[in-house]
Amino acid sequence: MAANETTTLAALVGDNEKQIVPEWLELQKRAGVLQTGRITEAELASQSTDFLHLLRTGLATGGLDISNAAYTPAREFLGNLSRSRALQGFSPTETATFVFSLKQPLFNLLNRDKSIAPADAAKITWAVTTLLDGLGLLTFDMFQKSREEVILRQQREITELSTPVVKLWQGVLALPVIGTLDSERTQVVMENLLQHIVDEGAEIAIIDITGVPTVDTLTAQHLLKTVSAARLMGADCIISGIRPQIAQTIVHLGVDLNVISKATLADAFALALRRTNRAVVKLKSARTDNAKPKAPAEGGE
Amino acid sequence: MDRIPILKLGDALLVTIQVDMHDRLATALEEDLTSKIVAFGAKGVLIDISALEIVDSFIGRMLDNIAAVSRILDAETVVVGMRPAVAITLVELGLSLSGVKTALNVERGMALIKSRLEEFDADDED
Repeated sequence: MAANETTTLAALVGDNEKQIVPEWLELQKRAGVLQTGRITEAELASQSTDFLHLLRTGLATGGLDISNAAYTPAREFLGNLSRSRALQGFSPTETATFVFSLKQPLFNLLNRDKSIAPADAAKITWAVTTLLDGLGLLTFDMFQKSREEVILRQQREITELSTPVVKLWQGVLALPVIGTLDSERTQVVMENLLQHIVDEGAEIAIIDITGVPTVDTLTAQHLLKTVSAARLMGADCIISGIRPQIAQTIVHLGVDLNVISKATLADAFALALRRTNRAVVKLKSARTDNAKPKAPAEGGE
Repeated sequence: MDRIPILKLGDALLVTIQVDMHDRLATALEEDLTSKIVAFGAKGVLIDISALEIVDSFIGRMLDNIAAVSRILDAETVVVGMRPAVAITLVELGLSLSGVKTALNVERGMALIKSRLEEFDADDED
């Protein structure tokens, strides 16, 4: 029975390929696939022809079960298609339309073919629907997956990019935090900072939160964790760049930061220099004092 | 039974932990250190844990206890050379060792204790 339907269907598709493709292309164009200019008509035509070919191969040996090995090339083709379309910025609907718009040409074909008994035609219609729905959902899955891959990759890149540890002076490190501090990032930031403290033998670490948009209780807790860990290693932490609104939020939330904090990175750096017995001195006159050492002058340790 | 050696260095005691700590060793160290502080009249205790790779809450508490006991006996505890991983573990365990002073290495820890001793000397002269 099922074999009967699929062979009829395979034969129908095989014999009428020339007829199906233009009709299918027309439908896709009407759906607006070409309007965005992300894909050319020639590309679309070759994609459509290739897919129909693979579908027929699948039908011929694999029946209606799209998880069958015979459908592997067709599945891979759809996977690549969804992936590339996801990257090109197609919407999920536009991507799935590629498969779903194939239904109508096939139904039309069935209608036109008078040699098929109505009962069989109904069965074949059902077979076509099941098959194309399955493949359509597959494109959805693949589309979603590739979008998620993109997001994941971006997330990783952001994490790597946004946690640099800067050496300001001998024994003074700065950590400009940019973006929201969540648990995962705190972990990365903390490990990074502590490792640098060991490598540089730093006594003071300045955590600058100018780039942190909001500070809630969780962020504050993460900051405190980082500060405590640095303290355990024997380095002092100064927090700088707390904006007025954030200062208010912290107080309203009742969070006790209990660490040295300064308004700006410059203030924090000045304190750090003082703590390490150094100072920034202004040169009296650039012309007369050529022999004098440049600021900031090193103090004895 | 193994014991961790406690070295006298002027007015300070130096403890270098170079083996993995187990609970009984930690308790023994706590007792030894207490009696040595009294015996030598030490003003500072330097604990070097740069070789310690694993800490648990028990060891963390031991460090806190030693600091508390030393403070009562008028000696300052400085823990030096903690590894990043150890620091993170202790923070995650909720042990911030607030009573303990810390330094990056033995040299800086010694400087910290020396500056305290100098304060004492200045007080004595008054």
